[in-house]
Amino acid sequence: MIPAVPPELLAARSQMAFTLGFHIVLACLGVGLPTMVLIANAIGLRRRDPAALLLARRWSTVMAVTFAVGAVTGTVLSFEMGLLWPGLMGRFGGAFGLPFAVEGLFFFLEAIFIAIYIYGWRRLSPRVHLLSGIPVAVSGIGGTISVVAANAWMNQPAGFTLGPDGRVATVVPLEVLFNRATVYEVPHMLLAGYMVTGFLLASVYAVALLRGHADRYVRLGFAIPFVLAAIAAPVQVAVGDVAARGVLADQPAKFAAMELISVTGAHQPETLGGILVDGRIVGGLQIPEVASLLAGFSPDTVITGLDAIPVDQRPPASIVHLSWNAMVGIGTALVLLGLWGLALRVRRRDHATARWFLRAAAVSGIGAIVALEAGWIVTEVGRQPWVVYLILRTADAVTHAPGVQATFVGVVVLYSTLGVVTLVALRGLQRRWAAQDAAAPGGRAHEDAMDQGSIPYGPRSRPGGPEG
Amino acid sequence: MTAVQLTAVVLWLGLTAYAVFGGADFGGGFWDLVAGGSARGLRPRTLIAEAIGPVWEANHTWLIFDLVILWTAFPPAFAAIMSTLFVPLSLAALGIVLRGSAFAFRPVAEGLVGRRAAGAVFAVSSVITPFFLGAAGGAIASGRVPAGNAAGDPWTSWLNPTSVLIGLLAVATCAYLAAVFLVADARRSSAPDLVAYFLRRATVAAIATGALAILGIGVLRADAPILADELTSRGWPLIAASGVLGTAALLLLRRAAPRGTRLLAVGAVVAVVWGWGVAQYPDVLPRSLSLADAAAPAGALDGLVIVFIVAALVIAPSLGVLYLLDQRSRLTGHGLGSDIDGGADAGASRATGGRID
Repeated sequence: MIPAVPPELLAARSQMAFTLGFHIVLACLGVGLPTMVLIANAIGLRRRDPAALLLARRWSTVMAVTFAVGAVTGTVLSFEMGLLWPGLMGRFGGAFGLPFAVEGLFFFLEAIFIAIYIYGWRRLSPRVHLLSGIPVAVSGIGGTISVVAANAWMNQPAGFTLGPDGRVATVVPLEVLFNRATVYEVPHMLLAGYMVTGFLLASVYAVALLRGHADRYVRLGFAIPFVLAAIAAPVQVAVGDVAARGVLADQPAKFAAMELISVTGAHQPETLGGILVDGRIVGGLQIPEVASLLAGFSPDTVITGLDAIPVDQRPPASIVHLSWNAMVGIGTALVLLGLWGLALRVRRRDHATARWFLRAAAVSGIGAIVALEAGWIVTEVGRQPWVVYLILRTADAVTHAPGVQATFVGVVVLYSTLGVVTLVALRGLQRRWAAQDAAAPGGRAHEDAMDQGSIPYGPRSRPGGPEG
Repeated sequence: MTAVQLTAVVLWLGLTAYAVFGGADFGGGFWDLVAGGSARGLRPRTLIAEAIGPVWEANHTWLIFDLVILWTAFPPAFAAIMSTLFVPLSLAALGIVLRGSAFAFRPVAEGLVGRRAAGAVFAVSSVITPFFLGAAGGAIASGRVPAGNAAGDPWTSWLNPTSVLIGLLAVATCAYLAAVFLVADARRSSAPDLVAYFLRRATVAAIATGALAILGIGVLRADAPILADELTSRGWPLIAASGVLGTAALLLLRRAAPRGTRLLAVGAVVAVVWGWGVAQYPDVLPRSLSLADAAAPAGALDGLVIVFIVAALVIAPSLGVLYLLDQRSRLTGHGLGSDIDGGADAGASRATGGRID
C-alpha cells in the first residue's frame, strides 16, 4: 500500500525544512523592516526629530545585515529546488516557475534600492533618500506575494493541463498566480511578516524600557514596531480564520490533521493539545461542538475525518495539530498583548512603567517567531505526502543524487553557526550603539545620526572630490 | 525569433551579466585573499570592500534570475543539471552563503579577530564559488550532463580536465575583471599607489587568464573534442574576438589603463561566454536535450517574455541609477561604516569609514 520511500527523502525534507525555516524569519524581516525604517525616517524628517532619525539609521544597519543573510539563504533555496527536488521542477517548473520569475523581479528591485538607501544616508538629499526606500518596502511585499503564490500553487495546483505523457502541456499564467489558495495564503504571510518584525523589534526596546531607559529614542523605538504589529495581529486572526475555512474546503486531509479529526461527522469537538495514536486521540482537552461551529457556524457542520483519507495519503496528524494549536494560541495571545497596550493608552497610563506589560512584550518577538514556524509546519507538513497536492508525491520529486544525508548535516552545522553569528553581530551592534550613546553629550548619539551638522542628513554641499 | 530563442538569449544575457558583474565581485574576494597581512593589506582591502559594498547584492541577483528562467523555461534541463551536478553546485551554494554573510558581517564584527575571521571566510569563499560554478559549466558544455534525475556521473561529470580547467579559468577571469575595475576605482578615490598596485595585478591576471585559455584549447581538443570543434567552427569569430579584445586590454594596461580598458576587458569575457552559447546552440544539454525539447509550454514562455519586458523597463534603468550613483561616489555614507566606527573599538576599520586618500 505505502510505496517504497527513497533513502534521500527524509534527509531532503529535513534539509528543505531547516533551510526554509531559517530563511522565513529573514524573509519576514525583509517585509517588515523597510516599513519600520521608512516610518521612523519620515517621522524624523517631518518633525525634525533626531531620535527618530537615529532609529531609522540604526534599523537600516540591521536591515542591511538581515537582508544580506536573507539574500544568500534565499539563493540556497533556489539551488535546493533543483538539488533536492528535480522531480518536482523538471516536471512542473514550467507550470509554477512563473511566480518565482515575478519574485525575481521584485528581488532585483529590492537589492538595487536597498543598496541606494543603505549607502545613501550621507550623500543623497533627505527627500531622495527617503524616496529610495519606498521601492524596498514595496518590492518586499511584491516578492512575498509572488513566492507565496508559488507555494499556494503547490497546495492548490491550477492553471495547467497535463499531456498524455504526463508532462505539462499548457499553462495559463494568471490562473497559476491566482490559484484558490493564493487569496488566503498571501495575506496571511504578509501579516505574519509585519507581526514577526514588529514584535521582535518591540521586544528589544521593551527590554530597554524594563532596564529604565525611557527617553524618547527608546519609547519611539518601542512604539513604532509595536503599534504596527498590534494592528496586524487582530487582522491576522480574521485572515487566519478565512484561511482555515479555505483549507477545510480545499484540503480536507490537512484540515482533519489540524483539528485532529479521525472520524468524519458533525458535532466535532475542538481539541486543544493531544496527539493521535492509532487513530485515537491521546491527551489534550476537548471542547464539544466547537470545531464544527467554527468551521461552518453550526454544530451540524460535517467535517471530513482522517478515516476518509486513504492511509497512504494522510499527513502526519499530531505534529500538524500541535503546530496549529501553537500558532493559534500564540496569535491570540499577541492580539491580547496589543489590546493590553491599547488599554494602557486609553487609561493614560505610561506603558514605560507597566512592568508586566513590558515583560510580556519582551517575549512577544520570540513568540511571533514560534507562531510563524508553527504555521509554516501546518502548511507544509499538512500537505504531505504530496508536494503538488493530489498530483505529485514528495517521494517522487526527490533527487536520486547520493549525498543528501551529508549535505543535510553540513547545512545544520552551517546554519546553526550562521544563526549564532547573526545574533552575536546584532548584539555587538547594540552594545556599540549603547557605548556611543553613553559617550555622547545629552545621552544619545544624535549628532551621529545627523552626521556632522544640524541638518538631519549628511553634508548637502558635496565635497568636490575627484570624480571618475 | 521564437519565444524559445528569445528566452534562451535572455538566459544567456543574464549569465553574461553574472559573469561580468558577479564575476568582478568574486574577483575582489580573490585580491582580498592575496592582499597579505592585515597592515599591508588594509588599503587594498578597504578599496575592494568599498567597491563591492553597494553593488554586490544586485549583481548576485543575476544568478537567481537565471536559475528561475532555467527552471521555468527549460525545466528538464534545470532538473538534470542540479541533480547530476549535486556535489559542485552544493559546494557553490555553500560558498555563496559564506561569502555573502561574511561580507555583511565583516564591518559589524567586533574586534580585529572577528573582522579577520569574517574577512578570511569572505576571501576564501570568493575563490571556491566561481571555481565550482565554472566546473559545473564545463560539465554541461562538455556534454557530461544527460537529461534525467541524476542520470550523469556524480563525480566524473565535473572532476575532469575540461571542468577543472574551466573552473580555474572562471577564477582567473574573475580576478582579471576585478583588478581592471579596481584600477578605475582606485583612480576615482585618488589613490595613485593603489592604481599602480591593481595595474600590476591586472596585468598578471590578464596574462594568466590568457595562458589558461590557450592551454584550454589543448585540453578541450583532448578531453572534449566535440566542444572544441564547435568552438572553433561556429564559435570561432567570438573566440577570436575574445583573443583580440583581451590582447588590446593587456596593451592598454601597460599604458596605465586609460578610459576604455574596462570595456575591452569586459568585451573579452562577453565574447567567450557567447562563444560557448553559440557553440552549444541549439542544445541546452549538448547531445542530450535541445532547447526546443526542453522548453515549457507556450503559456509559460509568454509569461516569461512579459517578465523580461518589465525587467527591461524597470530593472535595467534602476540598475543604471545604482551604478551611476556608485560611480559618482554618492553611495559612500553607508550606515555600516560611520555608525559603527564611531564606537570605542574602531581600531583598524576606523580607516575604512573614511575615504581612501
